[in-house]
Amino acid sequence: MQAELIDIRNHLQQHAPFDELPDEALDRVAGSIEIAYFQGGEKILELGQKNTDLHYIRSGAAELYRRSGELYNRLGEGEIFGQIGLLMGRQVRFPATALEDTLIYLIPYPVFQDLFDNHDVFADFVEVEDKSRLRQAVTRSDQVNDSMTAKVSRLISRQPVTAPSTVRLQEAARIMTENRVSSLLLVEGSGDDEGNLVGIITDRDLRTRAVADALPSETPVADIMSPDLITIRPDALVFEAMLQMLHNNVHHLPVIEKGKPRGVVALSDIVKYESQNSLYVVSNIHRQPDVKGLKAISQEVRNSFIRMVNEDANSHMIGSAMAGIGRSFTQRLLELGEEKLGPPPVPYCFLALGSMARDEQLIVTDQDNAMVLDDSFDPAEHDAYFLALAKFVSDGLAECGYAYCTGDIMATNPKWRQPLKVWKDYFTDWIDNPKAEALLNSNIFFDLDGVYGEERYAEALKELIAEKAQNSQRFLAMLARNALNRTPPLGFFRQFVMEEDGKQQKTFNLKRRGTAPVSDLIRVHALACGSRAQNSFDRLRDIGKTRLLPEDGVGNLRDAMEFIAIVRIRHQALAMEDGREPDNNVRPEDLSPFERSHLKDAFQVVSQAQKFLRYRYNAQIPR
Amino acid sequence: MSTRRRASGYGHRPTGDWPDRMSSLARETSDPRLRTFYEAFSITPDTTVEEVPMVAMDFETTGLDPNQHSIVSIGLVPFTFRRIRLAEARHWVVRPQLPLHQTSVTIHGITHTDIQEAPDLGDILDELLPALAGRIPVVHYRAIERPFLDVALRWRLKEGIDFPVIDTMAIEAHLHPDRNPTRWQRLWGKKPVSIRLADSRLRYNLPHYPGHNALIDAIGTAELLQAQIRHHFGPDTPIRDLWL
Repeated sequence: MQAELIDIRNHLQQHAPFDELPDEALDRVAGSIEIAYFQGGEKILELGQKNTDLHYIRSGAAELYRRSGELYNRLGEGEIFGQIGLLMGRQVRFPATALEDTLIYLIPYPVFQDLFDNHDVFADFVEVEDKSRLRQAVTRSDQVNDSMTAKVSRLISRQPVTAPSTVRLQEAARIMTENRVSSLLLVEGSGDDEGNLVGIITDRDLRTRAVADALPSETPVADIMSPDLITIRPDALVFEAMLQMLHNNVHHLPVIEKGKPRGVVALSDIVKYESQNSLYVVSNIHRQPDVKGLKAISQEVRNSFIRMVNEDANSHMIGSAMAGIGRSFTQRLLELGEEKLGPPPVPYCFLALGSMARDEQLIVTDQDNAMVLDDSFDPAEHDAYFLALAKFVSDGLAECGYAYCTGDIMATNPKWRQPLKVWKDYFTDWIDNPKAEALLNSNIFFDLDGVYGEERYAEALKELIAEKAQNSQRFLAMLARNALNRTPPLGFFRQFVMEEDGKQQKTFNLKRRGTAPVSDLIRVHALACGSRAQNSFDRLRDIGKTRLLPEDGVGNLRDAMEFIAIVRIRHQALAMEDGREPDNNVRPEDLSPFERSHLKDAFQVVSQAQKFLRYRYNAQIPR
Repeated sequence: MSTRRRASGYGHRPTGDWPDRMSSLARETSDPRLRTFYEAFSITPDTTVEEVPMVAMDFETTGLDPNQHSIVSIGLVPFTFRRIRLAEARHWVVRPQLPLHQTSVTIHGITHTDIQEAPDLGDILDELLPALAGRIPVVHYRAIERPFLDVALRWRLKEGIDFPVIDTMAIEAHLHPDRNPTRWQRLWGKKPVSIRLADSRLRYNLPHYPGHNALIDAIGTAELLQAQIRHHFGPDTPIRDLWL
C-alpha cells in the first residue's frame, strides 16, 4: 500500500471484521481496493451476475433483496455485502441497490480469498449468516456469568440429612442441630420406594409454626412440614435454582435425582454465586411491617437491577428476578391487607398478568392484576371486602413504583374481580367468539399466574385456556393478526431507524417495537401447541417439541428475544446509573456498533417470524 | 433524479481537435519519451465517457505560478467510469528547483529530508509519462497540473507538453453559474457556492478524506468525476463534451 492511502486504511480499521486484522493484512486490502460510485436508486449487483468483489460501503447506504424481490437487509457505512455470493460460486445471491448516493470500496476476490484462508476472525465473520452471528453475540455475553454455566450439583457439599416423616418435633430439632443444617428432609416408604421424599422442614418452619404456636414437642413433624415440595434436578443450572426460589419464595430446595434426595441447596449457597442477590430484596420485602417499609425498599429494587446488569446476567434471570420481586411486593401487601381487613370471607386467588406472569418484568412497568374469587362469592355480602383489599394492594404497589394500569386492568375494576365461573365464561367467550378488538384488550389475560391465595384457581384457568385455544383456528388467527400490529423497525442506521414507509425516526421504543412483538408471536404458537407455560423462553421450549415452527426457528427467536431484551435492559440500567428516569425509548446513536449490528440481525429474525405467523395462521392484516 | 445536460461549452477552447493536435505533436517532438506518449493517444472525440480510460492527477506545488513555483509531489490513479484502481495508484515526491518555502512544508506534510532524498522530476519521467499515456488526465482546476508539467519539461527537455484534460472544478463552475451571490443577494444572506474539491464532494455525498496529499486528492477527484457523470451527464456522453 502507498503510505498516502492511510485514510482509506483507517476507515477499514474502524469496522468489523477489518478491525481485528493485523496491519500488514489491512495494508494489502487498502492497496488493492477499487472504488465505485453509485447514484441513489442505481443497481449495484444484479441477481445471477458474476461478482468478483467484496463490497464495503464507504459512504451512503444500500439495500439487499432476496431472490423473490423481498427486502433482505439495509446496510450503512462500514458494512459489507457480497460475501455470500463470493463463498458460493461468485454468483450474486442478493441483488443490491444504492439507497442513496453511495461510494463502495471493492475488495477483489483474490484478496478476499487470502483473508479468508489466513485470518480466522475474518472467515468467521463473513461465513456465518446474520442469524448465527447473533447467536455468537448472545453466547459471548453469557459466558461471563458463573451461575449461567454452573450446575446445581456443584453446590451440594454433603449427603442429605433425612429422617422418617414420623419423627417428633423435638427429635427433628435435635437431628438438625447435631448435623448443623437448617433443613431436614422427611422420607418414607419401603422396598423400591424406600427413601422417597415426602416433605421438608426448615429452621423457619420450626420457629414460625412450632415454637410460635407453642406446639407440644411430641407433635409429629408431618403436621408442620411443607408437603408441596419445590425441588430441583442436580443437572439444573444454578440460576434456575435461583429462579425457583424467587418464584416460590422458599429458601431451601431439595435436589432430587431419580426420585431420591441427593442434597439440599440453600439460599446461602446460591448467594456465593450470585453476589448482591435479588433474593435478599425478596426476603427483605417479606420482613416489612407496613407499606412505608415496602416503599423504602423499592429503591433497592433498582440497585439490584443495575447490579445484575453489571454482572452480565441474562434477560431471563433479570426478568425473573424483577418479577419475583414484584410478586413478593404483591404477596406482602396482601398479607398486610388481610391483617388490616381481617381474613377473606371466601377463598380467592390474586392473579398477576402480563410481564410479571411471564417472569419478564423490568423496571418501567405497570401493575396488571386481577382477582379470582371462590364460586360461593356473593357480591352483596363479600365484594366490599375484596374491593377494599384490591384497593389496598393496588395503592401499595403504586407507592412502591408500580404505576396504575392505564387500561384499568387491575383487581380494583369490578370486571376483573369475579368468581372462577365468571372467569371461565370470559375465557370461553374470548376463545369461542373471537373479535379482534376485544382480543386486543384481553391479550394480557393470556399471560396469567397465581401469586397469592388459591393458586389452583389460576391453574384451572390455565388448563381451560390450554385445552380450548389449540382447537380454535379462528381464535388463533385473530390472535396472530393482533400480534402483527407491532413491527420491528426495518432499517437501522447509526443516526436513525428506517420505517417501512421510508420515514426516518430518531428514536424507537424497544418494548413496543422489540420485546412485545416477540412475546406476542410466541404466545400465539404456545397457545396453538397447548403449552401451559407463561414465560416466553419456556413457551419456546414447548414449541420446539412440536413442528409448529420451521427448523431453527425456535433457536433464532430465542436469540433474537434475548438480545433485544438485554439491550433494553442495559438501556434502562444506564439511564438509572446516570440519574435519569429509565424508559424504553432508544436512540440508535446511543447504542454501540456491536449492539446496532446485532439488533438489526435480531429485528430481521422477528420480521421473518411475523411473516411466518401470518402465513401459518392465515392471519391477514386488514387494510 | 439527475438532470442530464450537455457539458459542451463549459470550457473556452475548441474541443474537437485534440486527436489532430496530439498527432502533430507526435511528429514535431524530438524526445522519444514524448513521442511514445503522443502516439499512444488514440481517443476519438466521439468515444463515450463510459469507454474512455482516464487518470486522475494531482500535484502539490510550492505556489500557484508555474514560472515561479515548483512541483513537490505527484499523485496519480488510473480509472474508468466504473472503477478507480488503487492497485495502480502512484505517488512521487520530487525535488523542487526552487527552495521549499517554510509555510509550504507544513501544508504538504512533506519534510526537508523527503525533499533532499527525492529524485528530480526528470528522473521519474520514464514512469510518469507511460502512466498518463493513452488516458485522459482528470484534474480539479486545470490551471495547475498541465501548466506546471509543461514548464517543468521546458526546463529539462527544452520543449513543453500538452494534452487534453477533464476539469472537475470547471464542471462544478458550469453547474453553478450563479455561485457568487450579488451584493443584493448577499444582503439577504445568500452564501456563495464553493467549487473547491472538498466542498464539491459533499454535494455528492462523497466522504471527507482528512489527509492531504497528492494521491488522496487525485482519488477524490476521480470519485468526484464518477459522481458528476452519473448525476449530470450519463455514461454515453462523448468525451469531446468534457475534455478541455
